[in-house]
Amino acid sequence: MRKAQGSWEKRILKSLNSMCTELNIPLAQKRPANEQKELLNKWNEMGTDEPDLSLFRPVYAPKDFLEVLMNLRNPNYENGEQPSFRNHLGLIQVPLKVKDIPELKEGFSELGLNIGQLGIDDSAQVPPEFFENEHVRVGQKVLAEQDSAAAQQYVRQGCPTALRADLWALILNISNQPEDILYYEQLKSNVIQHNLLVDSLIYKDVKLTASNDDYYFVFEDYLYQVLLCFSRDTSVLEHFAYSSATPPKSYIQGKLGMEEYAVYYPPNGVIPFHGFSMYVAPLCFLYHEPSKLYQIFREMYVRFFFRLHSISSHPSGIVSLCLLFETLLQTHLPQLFYHLREIGAQPLRISFKWMVRAFSGYLATDQLLLLWDRILGYNSLEILAVLAAAVFAFRAVNLMEVTSLAAAEAVLADLSTLKVMPLLQIFLFATVT
Amino acid sequence: MAGKVKWVTDIEKSVLINNFEKRGWIQVAENEDWNFYWMSVQTIRNVFSVETGYRLSDDQIVNHFPNHYELTRKDLMVKNIKRYRKELEKEGSPLAEKDENGKYIYLDFVPVTFMLPADYNLFVEEFRKNPSSTWIMKPCGKAQGKGIFLINKLSQIKKWSRDSKTSSFVSQSSKEAYVISLYINNPLLIGGKKFDLRLYVLVSTYRPLRCYMYKLGFCRFCTVKYTPSTSELDNMFVHLTNVAIQKHGDDYNHIHGGKWTVSNLRLYLESTRGKEVTNKLFDEIHWIIVQSLKAVAVNASPSLTSSTANDRILKYNLINDTLNIAVPNGEIPDCKWNKSPPKEVLGNYEVLYDEEMAQSDGTDRDLRGRPGQSTGVKGSRARDSGKPVLTTWK
Repeated sequence: MRKAQGSWEKRILKSLNSMCTELNIPLAQKRPANEQKELLNKWNEMGTDEPDLSLFRPVYAPKDFLEVLMNLRNPNYENGEQPSFRNHLGLIQVPLKVKDIPELKEGFSELGLNIGQLGIDDSAQVPPEFFENEHVRVGQKVLAEQDSAAAQQYVRQGCPTALRADLWALILNISNQPEDILYYEQLKSNVIQHNLLVDSLIYKDVKLTASNDDYYFVFEDYLYQVLLCFSRDTSVLEHFAYSSATPPKSYIQGKLGMEEYAVYYPPNGVIPFHGFSMYVAPLCFLYHEPSKLYQIFREMYVRFFFRLHSISSHPSGIVSLCLLFETLLQTHLPQLFYHLREIGAQPLRISFKWMVRAFSGYLATDQLLLLWDRILGYNSLEILAVLAAAVFAFRAVNLMEVTSLAAAEAVLADLSTLKVMPLLQIFLFATVT
Repeated sequence: MAGKVKWVTDIEKSVLINNFEKRGWIQVAENEDWNFYWMSVQTIRNVFSVETGYRLSDDQIVNHFPNHYELTRKDLMVKNIKRYRKELEKEGSPLAEKDENGKYIYLDFVPVTFMLPADYNLFVEEFRKNPSSTWIMKPCGKAQGKGIFLINKLSQIKKWSRDSKTSSFVSQSSKEAYVISLYINNPLLIGGKKFDLRLYVLVSTYRPLRCYMYKLGFCRFCTVKYTPSTSELDNMFVHLTNVAIQKHGDDYNHIHGGKWTVSNLRLYLESTRGKEVTNKLFDEIHWIIVQSLKAVAVNASPSLTSSTANDRILKYNLINDTLNIAVPNGEIPDCKWNKSPPKEVLGNYEVLYDEEMAQSDGTDRDLRGRPGQSTGVKGSRARDSGKPVLTTWK
């Protein structure tokens, strides 16, 4: 896994460096004084800037990453050892251990049919006395006592919209102290003083994704304020201690290969890819104070999101999620799985982008937030794979009738009307296996 | 088996025509026997004008009340609301209660407004009390943001001064009539941008008042960051949210058209400001709508031009639900038919106010009841607003 991650990183860095050479733009350079002043004035409305981004391309898109994952092979692996895997017909060919439905039911027991959920039991037809009122009361108590562990348990049943921002902050241990605000201001001044090549990649990504989104276009300016600072935040490097990835390095001009002149590039070690800004966008619905928004995003990234774009064997890593998705589908909807495979529409080809983005930009915002409640509550990303499988199960009838990958994509193109909690509940607890 | 509804329209919009056709209604010409006529504003004027008008028969429905312009023309709307408030005051209605500063507690929803040139001197007096204030000038008879501008100096509206030697005879005619209101320069901003609300209200009968609000209203955002700075007073992209104006700005996006659904707004406000404040906001919005309708009898002439694909779908569904309520069961209209439509036909409308129900069983109604439909598409559920007005909002 490490080897694969290493070579993937090399590819990305090579792509970045060649873009740099082609366009004759340095990876980093100091801004002249007048440019600094201008940027400072425009800090709250960088969205109105129209730099020429036509020559920049995203360093990679999720589908490029999927190609890499599909080609992962373990040279030590002896096929006979795991008979169940011998029959695996999906794209992932690495036999990682993933949970089956009984294990998932146990792990996600709070999503069971007998337990109240926000996203189900707060709908218009249900009187609030049944569940909602009491749940809100408990949430307020948890906040009053500032009990982070209790909060994590609590949000498994969903957050009331008015309490969500505070509950997430409590779970992520974000308190926005003066020193945190100061740190953010420091990052901001780094942005003003130095121009990084990745800044253009960030601009381009925001313009291509969030600016065109029905929900998130409003927050375009906040996204720049968060992501430009994020690139310069060296504290993010700490997460590499528990990641299979290593931060890319670059060398001061003319000192190639000399370790004393190596720097991490970008400073936070994370090269953004197409869709990266969508990790931040939903958070803008909760936090409108820039430094708090920033810290929440950073913490979400170093706890969860980094696993979605690096190669590892962690159960919440993207490889495991892909395998979990494929296994659930093949085991519980074998007819659908075989049919899609036959027509050249391997299910993972469609669901991969949902999982890499943690469904941001695919679900309606209120549904997405209910989903992310459970990511925080269970401290795991496995729910993304379960939801992906549940979506296929939900649209199975239509999918059985399609005869091409394009048609399958069309059936699954619009997830904006889906209600995630009923889908998850039915798939886990109400489907005959 | 009743015959099919015969329809006419002089507005060539697919969102209308598709809806008529899918119901199997029959298109006829204006001079033939028709049941349902979706009229443009000009036609309405003719139908209801004293000289050229004619009486509708019992099986005919049109899409505007005769005096709709009482609410759509800004000067008339202001006049009506001011008159309504005075009437309530005279009756001793608790709604007209004022606070210790003389401000209406429940009916203070129109900013200080004057008619120009008629009230020019009154305006000057008010202006001088707050010389640093900004005011917004809106022409009475125009829509879609046309002709609106901001001022912060008296010299900018010299034309409307009655004493002015430069005022020509033309400016005294009603065509050049303007209303001038105190500009609210601390609006709620989201993402640093100003926005307004486009809500659809259907008034099916005026006496008794029965009105419905479409749950899928939307917010329209300015594309440029809001700044109260005076240097940007001329920049209409900052201050006006009409799509017609925003469409020509550099940053206008044709995929989403700078719009949010009202449920997005609610989600955002609940998440960042809390539930009580958000509920209060929406209650007050509903209140203003009902009171405005009571002050006068009307509706508006909404734009049926669709700017994006989503927009087209929204307006198609809006007209669909509207027709289901206005022409129930696709039956030929009968003006004696006066029952409230059952919940199932409301579609994405919810009852905003039903005067009959409010008066007949105010105490029996379950105040915590919710509308039968959930919103379904993209959002959190709507609040029930079919509660008796007085007891809830007082």
